[in-house]
Parts: sequence; C-alpha cells; structure tokens
Amino acid sequence: MKWRTADTTPESSSFPTRPYDLVKEVTIALVVVALLTVGLAAVFSSPDDRPVTVASWSRADPADFTATAVTELGGTSTSAQYGAPYNHTPGAGQKLGPLGLQNAAGVRIPVDTARDFVLRPLSSSPEPASVTAALSTWNAAPAAKQQSWTSAYTDALGKAPDGDPAKVAPGDYGPVPTISTALLDLARSGSLDGQLLAEGGFYQSDYTHPLLFLADGSYLPGLADAQHLTGSQWGMMNETGNYPGQAWLWLYTFWYQIDPFKSSHNADALVWGTMALLSLGLVLVPFIPGVRSIPRWTRVHRLIWRDYYRSHH
Amino acid sequence: MSDTGARAGGWTGAVRRRAVRALPPEKLLPDTQPSYMASWIYIFGVLTLASLLVVLATGGLLALEGPGWWHVSATGKYVNSLHLWSVELFMFFMVVHLWGKFFMAAWRGRRAMTWITGAVAFLSSVGTAFTGYLVQQNFDSQWISTQAKDGLNSVGIGAYFNVLNFGQMLMWHIVVLPLVLGLLTVWHLLLVRRRGIVPPIDATAPQAQAQAQASAPAVEEEQS
Repeated sequence: MKWRTADTTPESSSFPTRPYDLVKEVTIALVVVALLTVGLAAVFSSPDDRPVTVASWSRADPADFTATAVTELGGTSTSAQYGAPYNHTPGAGQKLGPLGLQNAAGVRIPVDTARDFVLRPLSSSPEPASVTAALSTWNAAPAAKQQSWTSAYTDALGKAPDGDPAKVAPGDYGPVPTISTALLDLARSGSLDGQLLAEGGFYQSDYTHPLLFLADGSYLPGLADAQHLTGSQWGMMNETGNYPGQAWLWLYTFWYQIDPFKSSHNADALVWGTMALLSLGLVLVPFIPGVRSIPRWTRVHRLIWRDYYRSHH
Repeated sequence: MSDTGARAGGWTGAVRRRAVRALPPEKLLPDTQPSYMASWIYIFGVLTLASLLVVLATGGLLALEGPGWWHVSATGKYVNSLHLWSVELFMFFMVVHLWGKFFMAAWRGRRAMTWITGAVAFLSSVGTAFTGYLVQQNFDSQWISTQAKDGLNSVGIGAYFNVLNFGQMLMWHIVVLPLVLGLLTVWHLLLVRRRGIVPPIDATAPQAQAQAQASAPAVEEEQS
C-alpha cells in the first residue's frame, strides 16, 4: 500500500536515549489517580435517585396511569405499535436509507401490551366477579368492538377534568372502565410491579415489560424533563443532579439537536449510521488520506516535541 | 543451529522464541526511553492505564457485594462513588491521550495497529460505561435504558442487546466488556512496547543525519 512505502519514520531505537523508570511512573500515576478518586468521591459522592415503580406512578398520577393502561389494552400505545423487536406492526420500523435493519432483526422480544401489561396480570390476580366478568366480555368481543371501546374511553378520559376516570362522561365503553380501574387498584397495591415481572419463574432479571409500560406514560418523561434529561436537553448523556454524566456521548446526542436528524422519522437510525461511520473513521484514521495529514498541517506536534525541534532545526 | 535444536521445546518452545524475539525483556520493560520523549502529553497514557486499574478495582469491590449493595449501605455508596469518579477520570485521561496521539500522528512507523487497538479500546470503554449506567438500578438507569433502546432498535442491535434486560446488561458490564477492554489494553501496551515511542514528525535517525551532513560538502562541490 502506498502509505506504507511513503512512511519513512525511523525506528525509535535509532535515537539517543535517556534513563526512564517506567515502573516508578506507573506506580506514581496509580497513587495519584487513587488519591484523586478518593477525594472526588468524598467531596461529590454519586447520584442515586430512587427508581419509579408502577406503584409509585399509579399513586402519584392515577390519571396518566389509567390513560396509558387503556392505550396498552387498545393496542395504541407507543410500545403496542413499536414494531420490531417487540411486535409486528405494519409500517413501523426505522430505515437507514434503503436498509430496514430494525425489521430485518425481527421480533425477538415479543410484547403484546394488552395481554402482557393488562389482561394477564388481572387474570392471574384474585379479582372480584365484576372484573372476571369484564375480562370475559373483553375476550369474547371482536377486535373492532374492543378498539371502539378503548378509543371512546381514551377520548372521554381526555375530555374529563384532570383526566380523572371518576369524572368521565357516560358512554359505550364496554368493560374498559372496569378493567382499567381494577388495573389501577392492582398497581396501587404494588402487585402489578411483581405481575409484570412474573413470567413463570421465581428469579427475575428482565425488566423489559415494566420499563416499556413506564415509558409509554407521561409520568416518567415528566420527571426526566425536570432533571434536564430529555432528548432536547442533550438527553441521556446527562444524569440526575449536577454530575458530569456520560460527557463522552456529546457527539451522539449532538446530532439529535440539529436537522435533518431531529425532524426525521428515522432520526435514531440516521444518528446511529452517522456515528458508526465516524467511529469507523476514527479507527481507520491512519489510512484516510487528508485526515492522516492533519497532524502535519496543524503543527501541534511542534509544541509537543519542541525540545527536539529546537535542538535539530 | 541444527534442525533438532530449532525445534527444541515443541510448540511451547516455538511460542517462547517468537515472544522473546518480538519483545525481548529489555524492550518489554526498558529502563531508557528516546530522548525526544519529553512532554507532559506522555503522562496521559500512563494516567489512563492507572485509572483503568482503579476502575477495575472499585468495580470488583462493588461486584463482591452484588448490584443492590450500594443502595442500602453508606460504605457501598462510597465505593460506588469511587467507581463513578475513577470512570470519569479514566475517560478524561483517555480522550486527552487520544487527541495527543492524533496530533503526534502516532500511527507512523508500522504503528497503525497500535492506533487501531487504542481507538477500539476507546469505543469499548464508551460501551462499558454505558452498560454501567444501565445497571445502576435507579432512575438514571430507567431513563437511559428507555431512551437508548430506540437507537439500538432502529439498527437492529436492540433485538440482541436488550438494554431493558438488567441481567443481560449486568453480564455485559462486569464480564464481557471488561474482558474485551482488558485484552485490547494488553494488546495495545504490548504494541507500544514492541514498536517504541513514535519519533517526531519528519525526524531523521541520528546515523542518517550524520551521514547526510558528512556527504553535504561533497554534494556542494559537485554542484559547484
């Protein structure tokens, strides 16, 4: 390759040397970094805001919980219509130019929001006869009827003062109010947190269901907004409190702040594609004409090796 | 050397000979360095290594008691703070080291793989730190994971690397990625020792310089 033949850098062993104690240098560096860490940790500690639970959400904002639960039941929530890897949703899934990588990966983490977030938790809990009857009515109804009930109830909740289910105008909502009220009670009692995790095993380590449910509501983003964590606030590179967070993600979050990324339906795919390209560029800097010559042009190296250049030129 | 002697020690002997040839002890742990190595920028490589060791040690302490410990123990909280701040220092030192090596064009002289292993180690560190934020079991973890899933899902990675799965992320954070980062770091350091510190841009070897100076009057005479 041309870059190799053109590289006339001499061997470092051909230059004069001076004594240098590497092990001593590493030891001193280790002590300095350890002391710095001990000091920073003692002075600044670390953030640890308690996680939101489904119980705390339903108690703090029952209207938001109920509205979200109805969209999970009706299949109109963000998670219900997400597409891969959670479910098959026609038209969903981002594309990177002609590449539909999201859909190509397939539905590997199946999520049916009505079944997983609402119906199964209620079915497996000791509920009064009215709830059991409501679940039977729901399960026996055709899909179109189910959608008409949840759609009408979602609209009614939107028009009710403060979205309060108790103040909803009368209408044809079928068993939906009974089901959503029962789910709210289950959530308030703390049982729903366990139900969302209980997938046939005792030990659990997968929080996909409760996290998707939480993320579909407005309560979690509201708390994040108050903590300067939303996308327009440079998003997840920050963390709660006045801590540096993942400052090294600045370039990744930067793209979300500008067009065409921020207004694109494929924003995530575009940002990931851009970052993948830039990361590859970073790794391959030695082989990229122009980029690999920047150090010679900028002459920062004259500052770094000023002693050498002063004595040799 | 006889044929028998060349094959002495079988595979083990062959690996030893090759290792010693590539990195003889005086090259692996030299007690001298080229005299042009005289700048504060060189400190950041060793600071990065030192902070990585502190990161691994504090992470190891957290691992001893399990992921829930630091939420209920003042000692655990302090160890978590040590882990957090050593990571912040590690990333800071590494970024300065990376920029320094860029402006030194440190890939010159058959050092491209040194640059590549360093750059991949940087990207791996970003991934390792990211999974660390996902497994804190607090509000930050909830928010970061639910936001990050969209990016990963949009390019198909999320189907295999589920940031909402605490168990999977914990294993990546404390087993897979530290192993990758550790191996990359060792590889990077061995390459640095093998090739030595990159000479200044446009520097000529002293012997070549001496020869050029010696032949300069002759050239001038010919030209005149």
